[in-house]
Amino acid sequence: MTLGQYYQTDSVLHRMDPRVKLTGTIAYIAALFLAGNVWGYLLATIFLIVVIALSKVPIRFMLKGMRSIAFLITLTVVFNLFMTPGDELIAVWKLHITREGLILAVSMAVRLTYLIIGSNIMTLTTTPNALTDGMESLLSPLKVLHAPVHEVAMMMSIALRFIPILMEETDKIMKAQMARGASFDEGGLIMRAKSMVPLLVPLFVSAFRRAGDLALAMEARGYRGGDARTKMKPLHYEMRDYIGYCVLVLLIAAAIVLRIIKLPF
Amino acid sequence: MELIRTKDLKHEYIKRDENGEETGRVCAVDGVDLSVEAGQFISILGSNGSGKSTLASHLNAILFPTEGTVWVDGMDTKDQSNVWDIRQTAGMVFQNPDNQIIGQIVEEDVGFGPENMGIPTAQIWERVEESLKAVGMWEYRKHSPGRLSGGQKQRVSIAGVIAMHPKCIVMDEPTAMLDPSGRREVIRAARALNDVEKVTVILITHYMDEVIYSDKVFVMDKGKVVMSGTPGEIFTERDKLKQYRLDVPQVTMLAYELRKRGLDIPADVLSSEDLVKELTSRYSI
Repeated sequence: MTLGQYYQTDSVLHRMDPRVKLTGTIAYIAALFLAGNVWGYLLATIFLIVVIALSKVPIRFMLKGMRSIAFLITLTVVFNLFMTPGDELIAVWKLHITREGLILAVSMAVRLTYLIIGSNIMTLTTTPNALTDGMESLLSPLKVLHAPVHEVAMMMSIALRFIPILMEETDKIMKAQMARGASFDEGGLIMRAKSMVPLLVPLFVSAFRRAGDLALAMEARGYRGGDARTKMKPLHYEMRDYIGYCVLVLLIAAAIVLRIIKLPF
Repeated sequence: MELIRTKDLKHEYIKRDENGEETGRVCAVDGVDLSVEAGQFISILGSNGSGKSTLASHLNAILFPTEGTVWVDGMDTKDQSNVWDIRQTAGMVFQNPDNQIIGQIVEEDVGFGPENMGIPTAQIWERVEESLKAVGMWEYRKHSPGRLSGGQKQRVSIAGVIAMHPKCIVMDEPTAMLDPSGRREVIRAARALNDVEKVTVILITHYMDEVIYSDKVFVMDKGKVVMSGTPGEIFTERDKLKQYRLDVPQVTMLAYELRKRGLDIPADVLSSEDLVKELTSRYSI
């Protein structure tokens, strides 16, 4: 899941409450792993196509995260293909491809691909802010167990705010060190790792200083944890959100039914 | 009405070596008596290390006196139960614009203070609107703070403080990291706040040209208040200021030199408009 890749447009999915989208992503992943036959995957495919159509986000954005996990998918496919025992289909030298292996490999590849696309849709249609708000709200029952839910959400949103600032700073420090003869892209792995030291030390020092300043500024503006706070943009459900939840319940129910009942294939 | 008062305020920093052993004490603020009336525009001037920022931190209950007392709107800062009320009464704007903006969108940052105060949602929006309009940043409300200029970021920070409806705003060198146009923006916003909204402003700075509009100026050196008075009174004492490593504004300097050469103009000229007026009224150019 990559945060901050929000694609700005206006669609039902964009306007939907972040809590529904978060629950939806989890429900969709559950439905994917419940799928045990062709019909289960067909259900997941149809659901995905409908959601993609609703989101109005171009397909190429959905596939963005695919390259980074291409290796993982290949690995899973190869292992499942050759390591699963069962009816032999093809045998080349010591490698055997079995019917069960082929099915398992294909279904794993489909699951992983759908999983990535599914979670991409969530981050593409939800601003990082809405996402942290949604997480805070969904996890708030854990407050009973004294889990620091508000604090974690606040940390996430501050991290998001400071990522670009620290990136800029990294760039500045890198240039400053390069001006003094440092090089960051020469030598082997160990050399490169060593060359990161003059970059990371000043970056950490400055990040800590910023953190101190920010804590001071937050306190000066009356921040004292989440208890007595009100929300400027409180989350509230609309009709479309209730419909969304209903669709999710139907999705899970259908996935369970398709797994249990006997259908051809 | 007296809004802020300090009596014999002292603040010591303890110097420690690497092992945490005490190696000495530095008295950053040393016996300061200060009185600020509600509605005033106050400037505190001083060169680096004069203790002006330490003094400012006392007014917002960020630091607590080693000795002496600070009252903000009648509340003693040493009393822990007053801390949040004091922070709401005396807002604070810091030096680095990047390190005091919490929200990812301008309007959310301005809403941060009211959210902490537990204000109902509808009123938060009202406050955000009025404060952003007061500093002239309303049309930037949906922007990400990262894309704003330094002066705009500081104006957002000021709006974030005004949204808490404080009686007083303490600005701790708000222009030190800005370019000249950004500095002008921020000072203009601060003055408008004082003129229109009647908020007491305490501006900490080492730029002389920023203090010329204040009602009262305090000059600090080595932890003590060494001069106080109206900007006119302060700037006429050029030699004394020089001793505290401070310069008078260029125009005042020019007027001073012209006076020395025998021209008949007052010594407390603060702006170029004033100087032109004085010169044209006395001499037909």
